[in-house]
Amino acid sequence: MPEQAHEITLVVNGTLRRAEVPGRRLLSDCLRHDLGLTGTHVGCEHGVCGCCTVLLDGEPVRSCLTFAVTVDGREITTVEGLADGERMSPVQRAFAECHGLQCGFCTPGFLCTVTALLRENPAPTEEEVLEGISGNLCRCTGYQNIVKAVHRAAEIMAEES
Amino acid sequence: MKPPPFTYHAPGSLGEALDVLAGTGEDGKVLAGGQSLIPLLNMRLAAPAHLVDINRLAGLAAVEVEPGGVRVGALARHARVERSEPVAAAQPLLRQALRLVAHPVIRNRGTVVGSLVHADPAAELPAVLALLGGSVRLARRGGTRDVPAGEFFTGPLESAAGPGELAVSAFFPALPPRSGTAFREVARRHGDYALAGIAALVGLDEDLRITAARVACVSAGPVPVLADVTGVCGHRPPASADWAAAARAVQDRAEPEDDIHATAAYRRHLIGVLAERALRDAAREALNA
Repeated sequence: MPEQAHEITLVVNGTLRRAEVPGRRLLSDCLRHDLGLTGTHVGCEHGVCGCCTVLLDGEPVRSCLTFAVTVDGREITTVEGLADGERMSPVQRAFAECHGLQCGFCTPGFLCTVTALLRENPAPTEEEVLEGISGNLCRCTGYQNIVKAVHRAAEIMAEES
Repeated sequence: MKPPPFTYHAPGSLGEALDVLAGTGEDGKVLAGGQSLIPLLNMRLAAPAHLVDINRLAGLAAVEVEPGGVRVGALARHARVERSEPVAAAQPLLRQALRLVAHPVIRNRGTVVGSLVHADPAAELPAVLALLGGSVRLARRGGTRDVPAGEFFTGPLESAAGPGELAVSAFFPALPPRSGTAFREVARRHGDYALAGIAALVGLDEDLRITAARVACVSAGPVPVLADVTGVCGHRPPASADWAAAARAVQDRAEPEDDIHATAAYRRHLIGVLAERALRDAAREALNA
């Protein structure tokens, strides 16, 4: 029996997008397969690694633990939507400057998580940074430069505001 | 992995949701935050034929502070309850526990009532409801019932919510005067399920002597394990209470098991250490209240 398709509309990175998806389509797969936005990475698919983190109405969520149909009509920001045109966002520039990435697989999740973290708390303490990124795994960097990048991003944002 | 196929329902009202659940019976499963259910689906550990998504029932998102306590609606996310100042003022144990639930990103989606219905004995919120003597309100077509915490948790991942029922809210009693609470746990990594955890409540009388000392243990049995150690502490000021003896009494009540993360003996050790710390913390909070 073919699965019933649901027509959904999402505002992804400011653009209205439509898709036809079965009820079980994960938001991560909808973004990657139906909408062609492969910047959102899929690591563990059970909410542990944080690679698939996107912003749902501005709040970071696991896209692998969200059904696309559930968020019909909502706004999604993926890593592709963080930059301001050609100019990387402060968080992206800080990660590049501080070498906050190596293989890059976990990076989209970190960038989305940290973007939301700094929006809510523009000058986090060391402890707040650790708590804030504790749900994202990185197997390359050992986290030191990621933590530096978060503080650096906070500096850049303060300088530019 | 990907979830198995299911028929998706998105009711627009509570009545419609209860009708769908009545029709699907044993084959229906409620989807709220999905932070426990969707991993189970992705790993194919669960395969409900029907999923009833309650995310459009905005009326269930209410968090109300009433004179007697806090009523949390089925769609209230962890993060919202955690950040609420009126909630923290009425029952501080909620914020103390919610800060230990998974990671901030998970707490943006996960719901308090969903955690209760999931009834994981390693989770914080069932212990909170059990310690406070709260209740869960279950609605079905044609009626509702309030199930006290003591009857709600029936086994590991098993609750009193039956087929056709929707947990619409949970009630957490307010902190009584001259009382304090604390939550302590040990996890391998921040945000992981705790190897052991303790929620504690200490109450004092007007002379600042102990009149209540209770704990609920996490990861210490098939359901939250309650221990009332008021008698062990005695009717005396917190400074002269034998907290170590109280902690040993808690250890005796616990029934931890071995698993790949820790042995039963290690969990029992942690339960003792954490019980003493949590009781002392709660007593300090009570003195400051």
